[in-house]
Amino acid sequence: MRLNGIILPHKKGTENAETVAVPCPETVKISMSQHMGAPCRPVVKVGDRVTVGQKIGDCDTYMSCPIHSSVSGEVTAISDMLLANGKSCKAVEIACDGLQTVCEEISPPTVTDKASLVKAVRESGCCGLGGAGFPTHVKLDYDESKNKIDSLVINAAECEPYITSDYREMIENADGVINGIKTIKNLLGIEHVYIGIEVNKPKAIALFEEKLAGEEGYTVLRLKEAYPQGAEKVIAFNATGRIVTEGTLPSDHGILVMNVSTVGFINSYLETGMPLIERRITIDGDAVKKPCNLKVPIGMKLSEVLKIADTDIEQIHKLISGGPMMGVCVYDIDTPVCKTNNAFLALKKQGKLKKLWWHESAHTNCIRCGRCIEACPLGLMPTELEKAYDRKDRDALNKLKIDLCINCGSCSYVCPAKRSLAEKNQLAKGFAMSK
Amino acid sequence: MDKLTVSPSPHIRDSMTTSKVMTHVIIALCPALIASVIIFGARALMLTGFCILTAVVWERLCNLIMKRPDSTGDLSAAVTGMLLAFNLPVTLPYWMAAIGTFVAIVITKQLFGGLGHNFANPAIVGRIVLMLSFPAAMSNWVVPFYNADAIVTQPTPLVSGNAEYLDLFLGTTGGCLGEVSALALLIGGCYLVVMKIITPHAPIAFIGTVFIFSYLVGRDGIYQILAGGVMLGAIFMATDYVTTPITPKGKVIFGIGCGIITCVIRFWCSAPEGVSYSILLMNIVTPYIDMFTRKKAVGEVYKKQAKEGDAQ
Repeated sequence: MRLNGIILPHKKGTENAETVAVPCPETVKISMSQHMGAPCRPVVKVGDRVTVGQKIGDCDTYMSCPIHSSVSGEVTAISDMLLANGKSCKAVEIACDGLQTVCEEISPPTVTDKASLVKAVRESGCCGLGGAGFPTHVKLDYDESKNKIDSLVINAAECEPYITSDYREMIENADGVINGIKTIKNLLGIEHVYIGIEVNKPKAIALFEEKLAGEEGYTVLRLKEAYPQGAEKVIAFNATGRIVTEGTLPSDHGILVMNVSTVGFINSYLETGMPLIERRITIDGDAVKKPCNLKVPIGMKLSEVLKIADTDIEQIHKLISGGPMMGVCVYDIDTPVCKTNNAFLALKKQGKLKKLWWHESAHTNCIRCGRCIEACPLGLMPTELEKAYDRKDRDALNKLKIDLCINCGSCSYVCPAKRSLAEKNQLAKGFAMSK
Repeated sequence: MDKLTVSPSPHIRDSMTTSKVMTHVIIALCPALIASVIIFGARALMLTGFCILTAVVWERLCNLIMKRPDSTGDLSAAVTGMLLAFNLPVTLPYWMAAIGTFVAIVITKQLFGGLGHNFANPAIVGRIVLMLSFPAAMSNWVVPFYNADAIVTQPTPLVSGNAEYLDLFLGTTGGCLGEVSALALLIGGCYLVVMKIITPHAPIAFIGTVFIFSYLVGRDGIYQILAGGVMLGAIFMATDYVTTPITPKGKVIFGIGCGIITCVIRFWCSAPEGVSYSILLMNIVTPYIDMFTRKKAVGEVYKKQAKEGDAQ
């Protein structure tokens, strides 16, 4: 058996661009909701002095993780900000003093077993850096009595076009990543580690194979270039051959899937104790004159980041946070950078690149060609889902398993009639869940 | 930059469009058209051109009358016109061909809602209506390389049953304009498969079923697949997106059904050819095939519904 996938142009123009640290910005605005789960409450007041790595937001809820200051300076305001999903949350605005004084409490945590690792990872503010932002400590805190995790899958597929931040992590921080993998493997007692890398990154594959040569229990997987190779269910299946069935998590099948950058960060936290306050971000798109990888402090304004990459801001038509397949449109150019960002694409209007369409062309009737069905990695029937949603047939939607859709966008991508199937699927999912 | 555009993902699309799909089909039909022009002369080209033209005109008129956006750009009308022409004898009067395209485009397609909503293949319906309306003109099969001043006709190979395999394969035999040359149709079919416009499921199932079924009832299987409209029907009509099942499994069932019905009509009915009827009949059951061949999702869990409640 094999899961479906589609061939996308790679456009990894920044794969050789070494990561550059950006200069400290004058102000930052740090959102209190940067991860999946409950947003944090600010624990600082206006006028407080903060230092680099100091905790500024926390939450008692389990499904959440704290937020730290990325700069040193003075808190100037605690304001409301609107998130991409339409909800609003608090944001801490800090005027930087430029000194970047490091918080005194920062010291490497003592980690000896699973419980202390979970606690340390929670304190680090770490969430899944692949894009979804699932709090990592929740993922690590599985119930050992119920599930025996035997496989750790390191997701380094990076299947979206343009993005190269995970690839740069593998090249620049290979030792750190491997060290992180070993630490997690040992602490959790996992038998086998699979590192899934798409074959379009031969250098990373060679590097990891070389570094792990001769060691037992590690496999570097050469994954086919087939989007969405990096989707959790897809990579879990390709690594272990186990299907993550409906309504279950990978941990129910003995699998733990972690993004390569997340592992790299956990390692650096265990070594230095510095929480998650900066991110490697790919800046690309046809409005960007110098596509690059930048190490950006969390909370920096996007417009300032784009200026560093010499972006033609007047020309931007669409600004996407993430990759072109699953990325979310940014509506405000001053949006602050957050933990889950891995790329920003600034696109000009009506750019028709070779074999790709940017603009939203008018759609025509479905001709039942079946391309969407062939493309869906989870074997759904997007065209049937669309029809079922259009006639508001909740039973049919549930029968067609709308809840399994991972919103990868493959169906919309391949549709010759240019129908917005992925968009309809999302609407349908909400509709089917509502009672 | 005044305002940033916000739209749902994905933000890129493949360059394949409906009109490109149709263009590929037209290209794939060209070898058969060229073969036909060589075998039957320039009138084959004239008749095909006429059918395309009238099909597009009917489509545009329907758009205007029904106040729908112009849909001639998707080229589906041109494909329908071309396919219908391929199903006609080369001597058919033009006015009859115009009636055929009217039935195909206006009655079968536009009245049901245009491209994507028709339940049956428009070209097939056009051909069947013409065959029932003008049986004499629709079975006027001229000999290959005929002289327009002194037309000589002959029965089709399916009726005579004595043609050579090579003649059938190359198309130097009597029959409809586009169906005679198996070679040219196979070239077109391979092109479509290579360009990933169609999958070979339905054609192989169709042709294979005709071959095996004929063999089982003691007929010449190779003769049955080369003669008549099996190649044209299997490659270009049984692969029409709109009117055939959507999953590979469904496509195979569709092909097998077409093959069996074709053979049954050919061997035991009074009509000499059954390809068009078989495809039309299978078009009608397509929604049911789709219903029973739904793809199973990856990781789908079948729940025993309601049963548990009854047991208590």
